[in-house]
Amino acid sequence: MVFTWVLAIVLFLFSWFTDREKSVKAARVAWSLFRGILPVFIIVLVLTSLSLGLIREDVILDLLSGKGLLAGTVIGAFAGSVAAIPGFVAFPLSGILLGKGVPYTVIAAFTTTLMMVGVVTFPLEKRFLGARVALVRNLAGLAVALVVSVAIGLFFGELP
Amino acid sequence: MKHGGSFRSGCIALALFGAFAAMSWYQGFEPGIRSAENLVSFTRSMAGLLPPAFLLVGLFNSWVKRETVESNLGKDSGARGYFWAIVLAGTMVGGIFVALPLCLVLQRKGASLGVLFTFLNAAAICRVPMTIFEASFLGISFTIMRFAVSIPLVILVARLMASWLGEDFRVRDGSGA
Repeated sequence: MVFTWVLAIVLFLFSWFTDREKSVKAARVAWSLFRGILPVFIIVLVLTSLSLGLIREDVILDLLSGKGLLAGTVIGAFAGSVAAIPGFVAFPLSGILLGKGVPYTVIAAFTTTLMMVGVVTFPLEKRFLGARVALVRNLAGLAVALVVSVAIGLFFGELP
Repeated sequence: MKHGGSFRSGCIALALFGAFAAMSWYQGFEPGIRSAENLVSFTRSMAGLLPPAFLLVGLFNSWVKRETVESNLGKDSGARGYFWAIVLAGTMVGGIFVALPLCLVLQRKGASLGVLFTFLNAAAICRVPMTIFEASFLGISFTIMRFAVSIPLVILVARLMASWLGEDFRVRDGSGA
């Protein structure tokens, strides 16, 4: 985070002393993009907070533990699509799941959908891509996650 | 005025959430209280992350020449375009909140649709800090395997989507106007 600030400030100062007009335009474009997404951004933040607040970590732990390969993978993919858990929470959680004997296959379905499929970020995505394209992209993400999960399962010898 | 309408919907969402949080606090409904704490902490971390990230997108828009984007990320860039899309995605901060606006800027400067969708999905799965986290909790072989399978798939999906939509498809500016 500090790095991003330093980079942005240094580059902006550099830009400012090279070409003021371009720098003003850069700031203006940054602001208008931000202003454009602000309302829907607020909605997405609210949805994310609710999703993370209502779906507790131990709920996920419960959901994914001891469910068997097929059911676990389906539940994992569903949970990963609906939940909005940041990486720094999701991966330690996955580590715990692994320790509890949850198969890699299930964990891969969960973490990959978590990253690629976003039900709560859909309102934002819809604004940029349109509802149809955003939907297709998310469904494709789900398909990718399932293939990844099968490949991981084969790799770790969990699938016959 | 669609712009005003969407501004109103943001306010309504906040107001409803505020009411929900107040009720939760009053009733001692713990998941509701936790949601409110989440909102505060997310807002705080986004406030620290988004201003410099958006400024960088703006600077990119001002300084990177159209020809540079066209030749490296355009429809004739071939494998190089996908390579740069993934490298760029790996260094992203702010996730989809920054990746989508950057897609808009990249497309205006001539990036091809296949490269854009690759970038968008790679920004979800290839970010470096996240990958380090993954490898340390799930093991390096898990991470390598996931990359080996998901990256070709992400490129394949992007190409399929690009040919389905055709190059006339434009990313919108996100304001809903």
